[in-house]
Amino acid sequence: MRIEEHPILKFKRGKKIKFKFEGKTMEGYEGETVAAALHANGILVLGESLEKHRPRGFYCAIGNCSSCLMEVDGIPNVKTCVTKLEEGMEVNKQKGKGELK
Amino acid sequence: MLEKTGVPTKEQVMNEFPDISRINEGPVVVIECFKEIPCNPCTIACKFDAIHIGEDINKRPEVTEDNCIGCSVCLSKCPGLAIMLVDGSKSEEYVHMTIPYEFYPLPEEGDIVEGLDREGEFLEKVKVLKVTNPKSYDRTPLVKLEVSRKYMYDFRNIRLEEM
Amino acid sequence: MINTDIAIVGGGPAGLCAAISAAESGAKVTLIERNDELGGQLVKQTHMFFGSEKQYASTRGIDISDILLEKLEGHKENVTIMKNTTVLGRYEDGVITGMIDENKYLKFNPEALIVATGATEKFLGFPNNDLPGIYGAGAVQTLMNVYGVKPGDKVLMVGAGNIGLIVSYQLMQAGVKVEAIIDAAPNIGGYLVHASKIRRMGVPIYTGHTVKEAIGSDHLEKAVIWQLDDKWQPIEGSEKEYDVDVMCVSVGLSPLNELLVMAGCEMEYVPELSGNVPLRNEDYETTVENIFVAGDSCGVEEASSAMVEGYLAGLTAAAKIGKIHPQYEEKKADYIKQLDDLRSGPVGKHIRSGIDKIVRR
Repeated sequence: MRIEEHPILKFKRGKKIKFKFEGKTMEGYEGETVAAALHANGILVLGESLEKHRPRGFYCAIGNCSSCLMEVDGIPNVKTCVTKLEEGMEVNKQKGKGELK
Repeated sequence: MLEKTGVPTKEQVMNEFPDISRINEGPVVVIECFKEIPCNPCTIACKFDAIHIGEDINKRPEVTEDNCIGCSVCLSKCPGLAIMLVDGSKSEEYVHMTIPYEFYPLPEEGDIVEGLDREGEFLEKVKVLKVTNPKSYDRTPLVKLEVSRKYMYDFRNIRLEEM
Repeated sequence: MINTDIAIVGGGPAGLCAAISAAESGAKVTLIERNDELGGQLVKQTHMFFGSEKQYASTRGIDISDILLEKLEGHKENVTIMKNTTVLGRYEDGVITGMIDENKYLKFNPEALIVATGATEKFLGFPNNDLPGIYGAGAVQTLMNVYGVKPGDKVLMVGAGNIGLIVSYQLMQAGVKVEAIIDAAPNIGGYLVHASKIRRMGVPIYTGHTVKEAIGSDHLEKAVIWQLDDKWQPIEGSEKEYDVDVMCVSVGLSPLNELLVMAGCEMEYVPELSGNVPLRNEDYETTVENIFVAGDSCGVEEASSAMVEGYLAGLTAAAKIGKIHPQYEEKKADYIKQLDDLRSGPVGKHIRSGIDKIVRR
């Protein structure tokens, strides 16, 4: 899913880091967003809708639409499309509205 | 048709080509910029006073064919990639056509690639004569191809895959 | 409390140019950007811009961003940049509140405010339009041009305006197959040069077509389109089905105007400018004194005009609070002429009629 060669762009990727999605270890690059890293790992479903529990992916990828809300390191409602990936992050699909602890 | 499909009619295309006598004299630009849009880098790029738009940057470019020396500088400067170069001075059978090509991988000199028309349909296999990609072209490489004369008015693109 | 002459909200093309221009006039500027990077949508525009030399025509958007940042750096004594900072509100006394790094609240007390918040992508109604795999065109651009991640293997592009056409081309440059571009309108909305360069890659463009439905269990697997008659009603039996894992929705943008509404600026719905926009004067000042606007937040246009609007609003906002540029009149006339030039042709017709509805002289 990653673009290696491009006629216009050169991708300067950060260092490879590991994170967890639903308990499964995945790899991403420092500097990219959680949603981009998940997408590169083939993860399209990031959560579910509140009432009908329909699958949700990102839509705008610039922090406007809130379609990508997930639970990151225990914190719910994180906009993963604008949140940078960090080493050891634990990312989970959010069920329901989320609770502040 | 162009407004609905993005494909100009044969008449529209023919109108932008110089007379065959001019084409046979040596390289000259063909500009397919059919709609008035606010844009004029082609006139700035041309150092030979061959492309004019004037005060109102929404006007379509006009080519003074006699001034064009076929330097090809405007090809990589056109944001719409709407300019190509035709040269009928090299042979009876073929014309040399130069087009901007911004895809990866780039063809190499001597390659045989698929020649396509304005709808991306296959016309014939064409030979790559030259690929130029200096820094000043800013990542819009130019590819010069040997195209059968009969396809001069149809040829507009190449494809490398499925070779 | 952070005191500043001018606060600018939004570090995209309009906000950057406003900051450069206001700082050049001698105003102390605070540029507030919610992202961790300035440049807004410029940073994903790999294509060359249209316009004339003054709007960096023929330069790629990604490089224009760098040019503007360098210009801004030249005025750094007058500019404070606050990234990762989201403006939350404006109060009656003119105080702006914001949050930095999602954990610390800030207050700003600017003499003048320039709102350059840009726009957000519109959406389209059809069955299963919420399936993952259906993304805004900007999202696809972000994913592939910023992070180098392919959105999928096969794409249906919905919308043949400039963004739809440009993103289709960029998808092909990234090695992704575009199956077709469709648009409900009877004609292609974007520049025809863009349409032609995609068409000659073999991608069909179907005008007068819209999405009938999306199909898939937990993500997009198929998209069904159908043709519209001249009354925009779907024609039964005209359906075409595509095996696509991505549908890219590019049906226009709407101005991000929350801050303007909150501040009490008089707004009007102007379809030609893509949504609710503030009434303003020729200096880009809204009906609330000392609140200025620039870019897509006051009417969706091209980035070229957003930049010039930014330069103009930066200049006039600075002048309003007494920081008058030595070549004020000359510069103002130049910016106004540039905007007129960009809008004077047939493609600018709707913009001109939209602007006529909101400019109070």
